[in-house]
Amino acid sequence: MSSYVIRRLLQGAGLLLLVSMIGFAILHLAPGGPLSQFAAGGDMTQEDLDRVAAQLGLDRPLPIQYLDWLWRMLQGDWGLSYRDQQPVLSVIGSHLGATLELMLTSTLLAMMIGAWVGILGAIRRYSLFDGFATIGAMIALSIPTFWFGLVVIYVFSVGLGWLPSGNRYTIGDESLANRVHHLIGPCMVLALVSTAVWSRYMRSSMLDVIHQDYIRTARSKGIPERRILIHHAVRNALLPMITITGLHLPTLLSGALVTETVFTWPGMGRLFLDSINYRDYPVVMGILMFTAVLVLLGSLLADLLYNVADPRLGANAT
Amino acid sequence: MSASSSVAPPAAAARPARRRGGALRRFLRHRLAVFGAGVILFLTLACALGPYLLPFTDTHIDIMQRFAPPFSGAHVLGTDALGRDMLARLLMAGRISLLVGFSAMAISMVIGIAVGIVSGYYGGVVGTVLMRFVDAMLCFPSIFLLLAISALINASVSSIILLIAITSWMEVARIVEAQIRALRARDFAVAAEALGASDRRVMFRELLPNAIAPIVVAATLNVAHAILAESYISFLGYGIQPPTPSWGNMLDSAQSYLTSAPWLAILPGLAITLAVTSFNFIGDGLRDALDPRMDGR
Repeated sequence: MSSYVIRRLLQGAGLLLLVSMIGFAILHLAPGGPLSQFAAGGDMTQEDLDRVAAQLGLDRPLPIQYLDWLWRMLQGDWGLSYRDQQPVLSVIGSHLGATLELMLTSTLLAMMIGAWVGILGAIRRYSLFDGFATIGAMIALSIPTFWFGLVVIYVFSVGLGWLPSGNRYTIGDESLANRVHHLIGPCMVLALVSTAVWSRYMRSSMLDVIHQDYIRTARSKGIPERRILIHHAVRNALLPMITITGLHLPTLLSGALVTETVFTWPGMGRLFLDSINYRDYPVVMGILMFTAVLVLLGSLLADLLYNVADPRLGANAT
Repeated sequence: MSASSSVAPPAAAARPARRRGGALRRFLRHRLAVFGAGVILFLTLACALGPYLLPFTDTHIDIMQRFAPPFSGAHVLGTDALGRDMLARLLMAGRISLLVGFSAMAISMVIGIAVGIVSGYYGGVVGTVLMRFVDAMLCFPSIFLLLAISALINASVSSIILLIAITSWMEVARIVEAQIRALRARDFAVAAEALGASDRRVMFRELLPNAIAPIVVAATLNVAHAILAESYISFLGYGIQPPTPSWGNMLDSAQSYLTSAPWLAILPGLAITLAVTSFNFIGDGLRDALDPRMDGR
């Protein structure tokens, strides 16, 4: 068990190193590299550019620059935003809460509906319900998130007038009720894809479990079907979903960016898009690296949790 | 996952049994997949030929007819903010979106298969490094990666195709690597090697054809992914640039007219959803047809 944890952590660290190299490569991919912001202004001569490059250490060999950049990243120095000269990490931090709020609530919603649909689909396999759930999930995975957002705004905000069409709360009214009211729309939109993913994996996980010997044993012992399903089947079928939730994180983050844009939700995704519009590369790079690290940690955590939660995967199994 | 693993063929060095005889029949039995294939065929033909049959071109501006709602006059699906015919624009946009979908898929398949086959066949340090690189690339959420790079390049149809391709080959590489690694230990591959076949021959003539089923499925799903990816970045303003229409950038400005002209947003979205759903259905049907043991999972 502990050797597994150590090995997994080492793998994670190695992956982090590769992720940082890719991030650094993208940063230097820009025409003119990190200097492009100065060059774009047009009022600097080549001499000036060379001087700035020397000041920023951009005239050194790339591996040295990379190590220097990595060392500063590890110390929490992610550079300053071009827009307001704030440290990148604190800019990200101030937008993280809104994104997490949206991601957590929509994940909870998706888990509840998706698990229910998946379990029911597995129990009544090939029923009408199962058929509709399968097609529904497939369509849900194919709908562009931003378009579903537009449809939700059109129906619930423009048409029915039930929901606000954007923002996190009405200015001057930060009560819980007002926040929840603003959260419903984006939460629903972001949950669509996750619900489809959850229902599919839950269904197949449940199908795996209900054909196991211990379920047959439980049946032969005369335990009521309902109790078998809840106590024996569902609990075991939920275990692999820990991994799925970890694997789904990149998709969820991408969805959050789009949802935040449509609903003018002041989160990290919207900040990312705004920063791209302003050519604020330190923030763009910061968020890109931040999300990659988040995904990495998410999958690491999911793996470790799964290992702890499922005693069958003890020291011997790994 | 493959149509031909775990169950050993009777003859020692025999190739995996070709069970594809019934594949077409199984595919045709999958009603949703047939529906999807029909829709894609229809969309492709409509986008290819339709613009020649319409009374309006996609660039014809008729300012007197702006914001004409669908089914109301000469313009079957209405007009946009400049009075351009929506149907003509949808079809021209479809050309671009489908072109991006197919081309990005083709390029990403080439990269994914190349990386997967090399790391699956040689394994060792090369294989490990390549596959860890794949893992690292997959850590970046796709939209973030697409937007970050697209902000650095000049957006054109071909650069967007390349961009989508280089951010969507990783899953393919994983699938191919796993397949090749499993097949490489099989008797027919060992036999081919023992007979003195070159590495390249073993890889492309022996191993790859036997791994084709999951590759075909992945390719279909990759078209769906590429069409979606194009629509996302175009909607966000960094994809295909107007005046070239694409289903994604037609939605770009639609949000501001949501109250007055909702069809501007609804029609291109429906087109994207229809195309992507169809490719997903086809992929699902192909999976069932090429791999009968999956049995509706």
